[in-house]
Amino acid sequence: MAAILRTAYGEILAELGKENKKFVVFVADTGSGTGAGAFIKKFPERSFNFGIAEQNMFSAAAGFSTVGIMPFVNTYGVFATCRVADQVRNSICYPKFNVKIVASHVGIDAGSDGASHQSVEDLAIMRAIPNIIVLVPADVVELESMLRFLLKYKGPAYMRTSRTEAIPVNKQSYKYQLGKVPVLENGSDVTIIATGVMVFRAIKAGKILEKEGISAEIINCSTLKPLDGETIVNSARKTGCVVTVEDHNIINGMGSAVSELLAKKCPTVTEFIGIKDHFGESGDIDELYIKYGMSEKHIVEAAKRVIQKKENTHEQA
Amino acid sequence: MIKEREELIETLVCKSNELRRQILITLHKAGSGHPGGSLSVIDILTVLYYHILHIDPKKPEWEDRDRFILSKGHACPALYAVLADKGFFCKDELNYLRKASSLLQGSTDAKIAGVECQGGSLGQGLSAGVGMALGARYLNKDFRVYVVIGDGESQEGQNWEAAMSAGHFKLGNLTAILDYNKLQGDASVKETMNLEPIVDKWKAFGWNVIEIDGHDFNQILEAFETAKKCTEKPTMIIAHTIKGKGVSFMENVVSWHGSKVPNTEELKKALSELNAERKERRN
Repeated sequence: MAAILRTAYGEILAELGKENKKFVVFVADTGSGTGAGAFIKKFPERSFNFGIAEQNMFSAAAGFSTVGIMPFVNTYGVFATCRVADQVRNSICYPKFNVKIVASHVGIDAGSDGASHQSVEDLAIMRAIPNIIVLVPADVVELESMLRFLLKYKGPAYMRTSRTEAIPVNKQSYKYQLGKVPVLENGSDVTIIATGVMVFRAIKAGKILEKEGISAEIINCSTLKPLDGETIVNSARKTGCVVTVEDHNIINGMGSAVSELLAKKCPTVTEFIGIKDHFGESGDIDELYIKYGMSEKHIVEAAKRVIQKKENTHEQA
Repeated sequence: MIKEREELIETLVCKSNELRRQILITLHKAGSGHPGGSLSVIDILTVLYYHILHIDPKKPEWEDRDRFILSKGHACPALYAVLADKGFFCKDELNYLRKASSLLQGSTDAKIAGVECQGGSLGQGLSAGVGMALGARYLNKDFRVYVVIGDGESQEGQNWEAAMSAGHFKLGNLTAILDYNKLQGDASVKETMNLEPIVDKWKAFGWNVIEIDGHDFNQILEAFETAKKCTEKPTMIIAHTIKGKGVSFMENVVSWHGSKVPNTEELKKALSELNAERKERRN
């Protein structure tokens, strides 16, 4: 069932809280905004509201983690990264403290709140900080599996949720594995690598391409760091061209991570769907995705473009 | 003063003299670092580590230990001298401060046994202390949390977020100490960005505030004893200190903040001053 990931996040965390007593929740007046409120309601004694003071909250989470209880720190993407980049870096990541950072309001998906709330650079910041893993679930099944993983994982982690509905893409039986990105559709002409709420849009694009006789392999890049080199390289070798799709600046996001990998292991012609180095604005998400060239139609066009490039390269060779 | 107290103070004074000498030797060998703030804070560290803190150097991860955070992490030569003396790590490490592949980094480093969290980026330590104090309360543990912050460091806004939250959460198990030596990297604190009225500020944030001479061992001891009794509020000890304390030519001189360390001649002079003081007390 389609679900808003931030809402599902709070509900799942509240369920997991029953069986696992070793974690607490930190918010910065963001209980309702991030979905963490469902947990707070059920476990008020395990919840700490730091007010609108994120720097203190993040360093306090680092300190709290040292008593052996893991804080889940919840705020919006911009405030979980830009505002506290140094606290994440110095207080949490350098000493590898056991803090989980969960951000709602990420990318254009933050929607009508506008540019101040639309993090176009959160993945860029987090993936450039050593010692932290970066996860982006595509649907509720993956979100729940990821949370179960995070409860067992010791060390810093950053996870994005969503403010809009994510249509399911994974099977009910799917189990998240760190550093393993699932191939959702097998194909032979082009590899489409998408992340987060862009994954179901990539699948829709794949269906359109199929009708036109183009076979697209769809990969759900739900772990940006550590990146699953094997799956991505194997797919790029097979299809010979790649489209990356993310709700994030195309600079230093998932597409960049994929290209860094492929440049070294298997140089491949690539098209990048994402925010083209500009800020967002208020508006309906689907309208904005069309305006910024990030809709299903644009994914389809990018796929055709990159296939053409591949063929041109072959002809030249 | 009762005899026992006098003896305790005498022991602490001798220890801080020894630690001052070690700090200077360590910095001389390192070739760079922060002498002034290390010397201003060492008397406070001496009282904490040799009388107040419940810690066990053999079990640095002991879960019921008191926590100490040197948030002004650049004064780490002082903390390293203490931790080495206490046996948290081999004393020989002090010879390699700031050298490649060595244990002792240029700022307090959480990888080092006995160092509770990461320093270096100013303004984060008090927040970490708030987290630890909240964690202690959450687990119903009796350990206390102590955080030393600097005066220049107090200009970082995050300290005031931490101050607000510790007051709000009524963290009686948290004690902060301001090493108020009045100088920072470029100039005096007053010229750079004035902190006054500092006592009023901390009171306004809901803290129990004690003002002391940070080189008077009896006052330092009393302040920690009073702080322990205040269970409803966090305590801030405003410790008036002297930057470069104990070495005549370093006292109250801005350039000894961090732009230089003693050369061979200066080290010799500083050590002879501290040795003379030691001998004088012994007699």
